[in-house]
Amino acid sequence: MREVAVVAFAQTRHSATDEGRCDPELILPPLEEVREKTGLRTFGFTCSGSCDYLAGAPFSFVSALDALGAWPPISESHVEMDAAWALYEAWVRLQHGDVDSALVYGFGKSSPGDLREIMTLQLDPYYLAPLGLDQVSSAALQASAAGADRAELDEIVRRSRAAGRANPYALDLPDPQGDAYEVEPLRPYDIAPITDGAAAVVLAAGDLARELCENPAWITGIAHRIEPHYLGMRDLARSTSAAEAARAAGVDKGHVDVAELHAQFSHEELILRRALELPGNTAVNPSGGPLAANPVMATGLIRIGEAARRILDGAASRTLGHASSGPCLQHNLVTVMEA
Amino acid sequence: MTLEARHVLEFPGGYTRTTGPVIGRFLTELRDGRVVGVRTAAGRTLVPPLEYDPDTGDAVTGDFVEVGPVGTVESWSWVHTPRRSHPLDRPFAWALIRLDGADTSLVHAVDAGDVRAMRPGLRVRPRWRAERTGHITDIESFVPEVTKIVSPVRVEYVVKPGLALTRFLKGIGEGVFVGSRCGSCHKVYVPYRLSCPECGIAVTEEVELPDTGTVTTFAINNLPDPRAPEVPFVSAYILLDGSDVPMIALVGGVPAHEVRQGMRVRAVWIPREEWTPSMENIRWFAPTGEPDVEL
Repeated sequence: MREVAVVAFAQTRHSATDEGRCDPELILPPLEEVREKTGLRTFGFTCSGSCDYLAGAPFSFVSALDALGAWPPISESHVEMDAAWALYEAWVRLQHGDVDSALVYGFGKSSPGDLREIMTLQLDPYYLAPLGLDQVSSAALQASAAGADRAELDEIVRRSRAAGRANPYALDLPDPQGDAYEVEPLRPYDIAPITDGAAAVVLAAGDLARELCENPAWITGIAHRIEPHYLGMRDLARSTSAAEAARAAGVDKGHVDVAELHAQFSHEELILRRALELPGNTAVNPSGGPLAANPVMATGLIRIGEAARRILDGAASRTLGHASSGPCLQHNLVTVMEA
Repeated sequence: MTLEARHVLEFPGGYTRTTGPVIGRFLTELRDGRVVGVRTAAGRTLVPPLEYDPDTGDAVTGDFVEVGPVGTVESWSWVHTPRRSHPLDRPFAWALIRLDGADTSLVHAVDAGDVRAMRPGLRVRPRWRAERTGHITDIESFVPEVTKIVSPVRVEYVVKPGLALTRFLKGIGEGVFVGSRCGSCHKVYVPYRLSCPECGIAVTEEVELPDTGTVTTFAINNLPDPRAPEVPFVSAYILLDGSDVPMIALVGGVPAHEVRQGMRVRAVWIPREEWTPSMENIRWFAPTGEPDVEL
């Protein structure tokens, strides 16, 4: 296995409302930032993650390439999902051995449309989408199956929002309050906020990584696993795929200082902690996590970036970045990074 | 100035999708009002059917079996405010429903009326659309099984008040409270009665009592009553002056929370020209303003 590390990470100051930037305009600042941090202007491979349904336009990711400078032609790819999977593809590409650097970015604006309706479009078109089962309703089904304790959920939201207020890139959200339900048993504050934003990561292999940065965040384990799409075919109270991805990525081979989890609903953090078997003294989502800022399609990449940043800064020696995709934590990717 | 535009993404008429033999069989049976599952090689029954066993990835068998239609709710969420895309326009539950005979759960809506009707283990069955087309929404929603009924009961009676009460009500019709005094224990009862419940002997002495008295105990009633003027209303035991047994009556003309034991009250009569031999002559008892009585 070739040594590959995260050597730079940047993200936008995410916003809760549309500030009038189109996708390339949103991507440009983090791209400029990682180019500046690494001194690289060109990359062996470029891969992005986004979702056309967020923009409501086909091939919207192609026009987003305007932020890159794709001439003369570059080696480029795209995943129609969270950019954490673009990072996985880039990691696989670097394993080929013929290129040493990769640029990964993800972007998404969920404010222009209705995210609950849009995410229904990801469901199977025969059994689930025609029912109009929206994202919050299915998440509430999972929360109910998991039998999550209200006080525990409130504490997760309180902790995440407080951490988010201390994070200049996340949203400024108040402590949870009110006892209204969005879809019972979920309250409005159990749900990640509508967010616009983007993020970029640079991966580099071997000596190039050592050259580009003082403390590369070496990827020592990366794996993803998926479960059946249909909710009734799974035990929603557990995440088998997150547990198997964690095992394959070797999470248990050492102490995890920081874990950044892609939990878009408070109960998902409980399910993930259990699946990943994180010890009590692991700092979970010190950035605030998705409950403090959820730029859809970049949120998972940001988890890897935030976990890497702790190593780049020298603050941690072993961290975990997690990303999820599909309804009710269907698909999970776990990245372990070490100093 | 911010520029903005409305943008709609829509496929007029909707996508056309082929179903294949497995999903197609399920939807065809659904159109006929049946729910079927498919057997896996391992013998599990998948509902709704998938082409592949989710555990192994192997193709399922060609063995379709009818399941349900009754099923058991495993878990549920409650939609307080339905969205435009939802199957019902009133509050409802989303549920994972294990149909009888199935090894997996179906996701569908449950029209339970009230969130308190929902619980794991609730038995539900499909409510079919009259016009079915072979679509998951051919089941409009699931509804709870019948576990109780409500039986209306109504019978009518013609009642006469009895001799003693007739005498009392005639008195009320003339603006007088008529009581009776026992010749043995000398207790004064109001309303008028023909026997002393303590001594068990016939009573013949009539006494006229004033329409003033004292509240001995009371209740604040928060449920509407056709005989009460408003909610909350106060019903009280009132010991008429000169009597030994309190009678029950309404108290009014005072906020409910100010009524107290020992309060002095007087009957408020409706206008004399409206009097009939009925307790309706007395609107209620209202405080006199005199000092309270030590009971």
